Amino acid sequence: MLRDLRLTVRAGGGFGLGLAFFLIVVVLVPFAVGPEPATLARIAPGVLWVGALLATLLSLDRLFALDLEDGALPLIATAPLPLEAVALAKAAAHWLTTGLPLTLAAAPLGVLLSLDPAAMPWLVLSLALGTPALSVIGAFGAAVTTGLRRGGLLLSLLVLPLYVPTLVFGAEAARRGAEGLAVSTPLLMLAGITLGAVALLPFAAGAALRVNLR
Amino acid sequence: MSIWDYANPKRFIATTTPALPWLFALAGGCLAVGLVWGFFLTPEAERFGSSVKIIYLHVPSAMMAINAWAMMLVASLIWLVRRHHVSALAARAAAPVGLTMTLIAIVTGAIWGQPMWGTWWAWDPRLTSFLILGLFYLGYIALWEAIADPDAAADLTSILCLVGSVFALLSRYAVNFWNQGLHQGASLSLDAEENVSDVYWLPLVVCIAGFALLFLALVLMRTGTEIRARRLRALTLRSQRLEA
Repeated sequence: MLRDLRLTVRAGGGFGLGLAFFLIVVVLVPFAVGPEPATLARIAPGVLWVGALLATLLSLDRLFALDLEDGALPLIATAPLPLEAVALAKAAAHWLTTGLPLTLAAAPLGVLLSLDPAAMPWLVLSLALGTPALSVIGAFGAAVTTGLRRGGLLLSLLVLPLYVPTLVFGAEAARRGAEGLAVSTPLLMLAGITLGAVALLPFAAGAALRVNLR
Repeated sequence: MSIWDYANPKRFIATTTPALPWLFALAGGCLAVGLVWGFFLTPEAERFGSSVKIIYLHVPSAMMAINAWAMMLVASLIWLVRRHHVSALAARAAAPVGLTMTLIAIVTGAIWGQPMWGTWWAWDPRLTSFLILGLFYLGYIALWEAIADPDAAADLTSILCLVGSVFALLSRYAVNFWNQGLHQGASLSLDAEENVSDVYWLPLVVCIAGFALLFLALVLMRTGTEIRARRLRALTLRSQRLEA
């Protein structure tokens, strides 16, 4: 995992790329829907969530594919660490390099979309709870499509439907926070999805990796 | 004689091939009876007019869309646990049929929704979850097509099917939470107090049986095709190796 972190941050691994993508998506939205603060504030939570989701997707396809290309993955597989743990570590590294920065960047970007300051903590909290699920689900999708050439497009087709529940509850929590309604139910559901995904999906990802290494 | 005997591809083909014409005939018969009965011989419902008759296509296709995924789930599990190739191929064969059923359900629903709700599409929980189900089918089929090695493809799609099932269920309840719908609740349940009246119910049951038989026949036929394609591939590879 440390190796992954170092690789991503140093060698042009696209550390800033997801963040820049997120910024551009958020900046493009006012051009498309018009600059009225009321409209922007209403759609801001949803836009920020969709932007974060797409930015997460952007860096997924190289999660295992690069290691498979340079032969590191078979070596990792022979290490005493089970592949399930490898998948979990990869997902954690992915979250630290994309999910966490996205969460932190969401607050200043919310200002750009004239999001109500009262909604800000809820938006950041929902992203903090939801993005780990996005990373783990994405790691599963990346593990399934590792061996494929041109796997990137297929990866989005596989992963995006899996993102639906996370997106629904995450954006709902942020929206309710913005309107001053009770937010505990969607937040709890979101946390539940994240915990369930973190607990179970590494096994599916490990199984998929094992098939791809066969 | 256990069901596992049919895991032998040869026995599977030998059993299903003669049964197929009968299955298709039975499915066609049920559909013809059910549809003619439903379309021409039932009274028009008050408030609905004749538009209610699309129910004889809408409900059975929607049921089969969900059941096809359930069947793929079972077949995937059997493949992962017992590694019977016929099972993996049956799951593969069912996916396009399930996708078609999903599309039929969505399109007939839109045609029905236009006069009833005044809109072709609404972000209603049931409609939305069907759309998501369609996306799952697409991803599953695309994954099968993308992987060259048949065993790896069967493994990966089976894992995807298992994970997808969990997330499809999750999405189903998530969208429930997200938006209240226009779609009516269940009205065919055996234990409900208020159901569709018998006049409509009986032809509907015939139609559902027809769709189920049609699905069965199509899946068996497509599985047979897949088995033959697999055998052809093996023969081609063998002859190429002999030439080389």
